[in-house]
Amino acid sequence: MNSFKLTKYNIGRTFIYLILIFFAFIYLAPLYVMFTTSLKDIEEIRSGNLMALPIDPTFYAWKKAWSSACTGSDCNGLAPYFWNSVRIVFPAVIISTIVGAFNGYSLAKWKFKGSEFLFGALLFGCFIPFQVILLPMAKLLGMLGLANTVTGLVLVHVIYGVAFTTLFFRNYYVGIPTELVRAAKLDGAGFFAIFRHIFIPLSTPIFVVTIIWQFTQIWNDFLFGVVYSGSGTQPITVALNNLVNTSVGGKEYNVDMAAAIIAALPTLAVYVIAGKYFVRGLTAGAVKG
Amino acid sequence: MLNFLEKNLPKIVLAPTTIVMVICMYGFIVWTGLLSLTKSRMMPQWDFVGLDQYRRLFANPRWDVAVDNLFIFLILFIVIALVLGLLLAIFLDQKIRVEGAIRTIYLYPMAISFIVTGTAWKWILNPGLGIEKLMNDWGFVGFEFRWLVEQDMAIYTIVIAAVWQSSGFVMALFLAGLRGVDENLTKAARIDGASTIQLYWHVILPLMRPVFFSAIVILTHIAIKSFDLVQALTGGGPGYASDLPANFMYTFTFNRAQIGLGASSAMIMLFGVLAILIPYLYSELREKKS
Repeated sequence: MNSFKLTKYNIGRTFIYLILIFFAFIYLAPLYVMFTTSLKDIEEIRSGNLMALPIDPTFYAWKKAWSSACTGSDCNGLAPYFWNSVRIVFPAVIISTIVGAFNGYSLAKWKFKGSEFLFGALLFGCFIPFQVILLPMAKLLGMLGLANTVTGLVLVHVIYGVAFTTLFFRNYYVGIPTELVRAAKLDGAGFFAIFRHIFIPLSTPIFVVTIIWQFTQIWNDFLFGVVYSGSGTQPITVALNNLVNTSVGGKEYNVDMAAAIIAALPTLAVYVIAGKYFVRGLTAGAVKG
Repeated sequence: MLNFLEKNLPKIVLAPTTIVMVICMYGFIVWTGLLSLTKSRMMPQWDFVGLDQYRRLFANPRWDVAVDNLFIFLILFIVIALVLGLLLAIFLDQKIRVEGAIRTIYLYPMAISFIVTGTAWKWILNPGLGIEKLMNDWGFVGFEFRWLVEQDMAIYTIVIAAVWQSSGFVMALFLAGLRGVDENLTKAARIDGASTIQLYWHVILPLMRPVFFSAIVILTHIAIKSFDLVQALTGGGPGYASDLPANFMYTFTFNRAQIGLGASSAMIMLFGVLAILIPYLYSELREKKS
């Protein structure tokens, strides 16, 4: 055992650790509160407090949140909306990622007159407040017969996601030496062959980053979901909001919390499994913008 | 023919995105801009009335509240998130043993949607059963905390939840910046006898300028777009006391059938973003060129 001397250095270190741990508790507290509340019954919620552990844990709230809680007028829980979100997220992520990969490759390695301008114009799309496109997009979806459909939401997410995916791939591919492209061209390889044989094998990290980013963005979206979905096609964020604001009978905070965790689980799981790539996406989208 | 195709493949690949972008971004912005100059209510119609909608907008007390709220929210959210993020990053950069775990904990709220964050904090800040009751149970009898239902305080609950959600991200930005500082610089400063505080204040913080800059742009962007958080946490209430411009736009466009007015509020939001974005992009581009 090292003897612990009360030096200035040690006091400083202890102080730093205390601060860091204190904030770790602060950041974790809401998750803890959500989880413990979801395991209590309503009596215990009323008599106990936020930090108290559940005395007699029950999964009542989870079952109800998943399959029988009311979200507005119908009472089938979050399950149908969870699957709506899944049906929106998967095609939207796949399409926007593939389009972004091709765009990024073209913009990074096949520059032509005006390609930089095009990139700038597209980049702008990452920043516009979507309020300026909400109404005309609703009109367009109506004209295409896609109002209030899952397909319509997929389309919207693809259109406004491509700006980000293109940015990610373009910035990644800029870092791959152009000499590789030149050499392959001399060997007679074309646009697609070079992409397929040189770029794709190098692209795993950026695909992971982009897919995680898009998954999180689209799963967590509320604005497009609330504007462009109908009663049967709402994504889970909209359903959660409806569930919390529907008060048939008494307010069941435990059900609210279980529902919130269910809505957060997929993105939390992605974060826990692939946190490194998640952070990289945040900073790539942000700093290099 | 084939040769032509091969030569123009990059352009052909980019063509669909370009067309969609021109229509669905720039075309739509023009469409909304034009709509804001008409007296459209339920349905778009093209009777132009000049800047009438903007006059109505600025005369609307509810818009006033939303804009004031945005400034309160913007300033507090950015300042608190920056200070907290920077301090945590500096502390975490002191060769901390469980750095990875702590970083993961600080950052996880960023993976959660604003709707979930709002739902959670709505419960935590619940006037009867939330923090207030916790403090009372812990012996602070008479402790009151009912910001969620107080007109003047509701907007600050939005700040709390938004800081909780985003400060970890700011921490990650600064941490990446701190890791990029040249060690020779810090060593040189140490040899010159600089104390830790002097080192950070005079040497390292000035180097973090670009990080401050990006963080401010991103946080501003999050703040101006914040719609979901308000919707989930306060619903804009009590009354419309905690509305932000995005909520104003949504309410007037989709619930109140005043789409001309809604369009004008959307355009003002766009101008707000541009006012911040253009100087940022300008300085970024200039830096790259030099």
